[in-house]
Amino acid sequence: MASGQRHQQRVGDSPAVKYTLIGVTLVMTAVLLVVPLISIFQQAFVDGLAVYWDSLGDPDTLHAIGLTLFVALLTVPINLVFGVLLAWSVTRFEFPGRKLLMTLMDIPFAVSPVVAGLLYLLLYGNNGWIGAWLFEHDLQLMFAWPGIVMVTVFVTCPFVARELIPLMQQQGREDEEAAVILGASGWQLFRRVTLPNIKWALLYGVILTNARAVGEFGAVSVVSGNIRGETNTLPLHIQLLYEDYQATAAFASASLLAVIALITLIFKAFIEWRQERAQKAEATH
Amino acid sequence: MSIRLENISKTFGQFQALSPLSLNIDEGEMIGLLGPSGSGKTTLLRIIAGLEGADSGRIQFGERDVTNLHVRDRHVGFVFQNYALFRHMTVADNVAFGLEVMDAKQRPNKTEIQRRVKHLLEMVQLGHLANRYPSQLSGGQKQRIALARALATKPDVLLLDEPFGALDAKVRKELRRWLRSLHDEIGFTSVFVTHDQEEALELSDRVVVMSNGHIEQVDEPAQLYAQPNSRFVFDFLGNVNVFDGKLEQSRLNNEQAWITAPSSDVPLSNGQLYIRSHELALHNQATSVANLPLKVVAVNPIGPEVRVELEPYEWQSEQIWEADLSHAEYDRNPVKRGEIVFAEPKNAYFFREGCQQAPEQVSWDKAPQTAHVK
Repeated sequence: MASGQRHQQRVGDSPAVKYTLIGVTLVMTAVLLVVPLISIFQQAFVDGLAVYWDSLGDPDTLHAIGLTLFVALLTVPINLVFGVLLAWSVTRFEFPGRKLLMTLMDIPFAVSPVVAGLLYLLLYGNNGWIGAWLFEHDLQLMFAWPGIVMVTVFVTCPFVARELIPLMQQQGREDEEAAVILGASGWQLFRRVTLPNIKWALLYGVILTNARAVGEFGAVSVVSGNIRGETNTLPLHIQLLYEDYQATAAFASASLLAVIALITLIFKAFIEWRQERAQKAEATH
Repeated sequence: MSIRLENISKTFGQFQALSPLSLNIDEGEMIGLLGPSGSGKTTLLRIIAGLEGADSGRIQFGERDVTNLHVRDRHVGFVFQNYALFRHMTVADNVAFGLEVMDAKQRPNKTEIQRRVKHLLEMVQLGHLANRYPSQLSGGQKQRIALARALATKPDVLLLDEPFGALDAKVRKELRRWLRSLHDEIGFTSVFVTHDQEEALELSDRVVVMSNGHIEQVDEPAQLYAQPNSRFVFDFLGNVNVFDGKLEQSRLNNEQAWITAPSSDVPLSNGQLYIRSHELALHNQATSVANLPLKVVAVNPIGPEVRVELEPYEWQSEQIWEADLSHAEYDRNPVKRGEIVFAEPKNAYFFREGCQQAPEQVSWDKAPQTAHVK
């Protein structure tokens, strides 16, 4: 029926507008996202598979890959624990400064990573007021892997908490109260009730943290000192290679980061699907 | 197990949730905490459970002082308003939870836990749902699982927060009856919170009526209904018509309307008559007892009684009046919407102006009314 069709059409839904908008969106997605991604792989393989493997097998590149994974391996658990603690305290307790804490939490998102790197350098560098003391005790944080881990933790610290807070607020504390009344200890409560309730959001936060930790450039470049084979992470290494006119090698390394990104996306899509399913099951009661 | 509350008080910031109050609950009793939202009934329940700490006072379970005992060690069963079933566990795992988190010393072995869970599920008549998840259950089923879970650890005290609030009318009635029989069978002490007066009166051995953090009255349901001791309790028990009158010529007057002094030996003064809706008769003209003209706003003949909604005509009342007539009465004089009718009270409760005491019961039924009109 005509009226039925008209009903489905919302305001501003003329076919011309619809197809123009969809068309523009698709073109922009292609130009901005898809073409660059494809060209990474195209550039990486431009001299053939052998050269590709060769450039990845370079000792400095291997070291950069190792360091990047090492940094991520430390960063993710630190922020996992920190994020859960943060989310737990702001959603379960009332205390002065709670609102402020929730705002402060976003600083790493608001501040440019380069600025974050500089701050750490000023504080913990050999001339900084904590760094000077550390230097006296023979502890070198900046221009070494601990500094890289520190700034990476800083830059990625909101991801887990950000994912958990809305969920934990929405779920309230009744489940936990029920568990405690039934006699659960603090650890039993966390492991058997809280954790299963937040596991998908937690995993989502971990994946985002990992992706950012692997890809971080700005903050790391300030504190790493760019010592090839020592404090060069993969993103820094790519830049060095590129500046040395080793475009193929740079793109080969870049393709690794791109693959990590794609795996992240697949994971993310899977987890979103699981979360949606869990919420649907929740909604049907 | 008996529960003894002494001078329990609680504030949330500036808000006085509970003024110091005391209450004794006997072993095996079923107590309904009845009150509007904000009256403190849920806070009181949570304090008994240990989910909130009282600012002052003492709580005793039997001979045991539990005031400073952690929730975990109070050994109470608690049923939450929204059930709070663990959504990632099956029904059987939910019920088993309280047994599985016990210390290794006390914890029954696996087969014993399975046996207990099976028994509990049979008790709530849901044995066939053991492997379902909470999201696959109806509201009434969730409620029963929540109850089975709370009873699994054999608590001495069962606390229920608005246990039937989220259920539809039919299921609610069924579950109410079932809970009462379960209570009588097992013999635990129960305290439940409700804002539904019918539920409180039907289910409890004694009802605790609360408002603004005070206890207004504690009584058995029949007593509470027969002798409400404050305006609040009266209003809250529902369906009451209030006539606010000034004493003139031994009649209570409100503009054009008046009611004569009742036949009982109560000296009148200015005050309010509280008349229950079934204590009204409707006539086509004023009687010697009362001149209460009312305009019929609605007639609802559904149910055991005919409910007539009435609007004061040429006098003032804060609320619409209601009269519940038997079908026989209504058939004798079938009033219609828009008509003016005259109400006559049979029995009422009289609250004197400026007096906080319990009301006096008054009646126009027995002695000849003319004796008092002079």
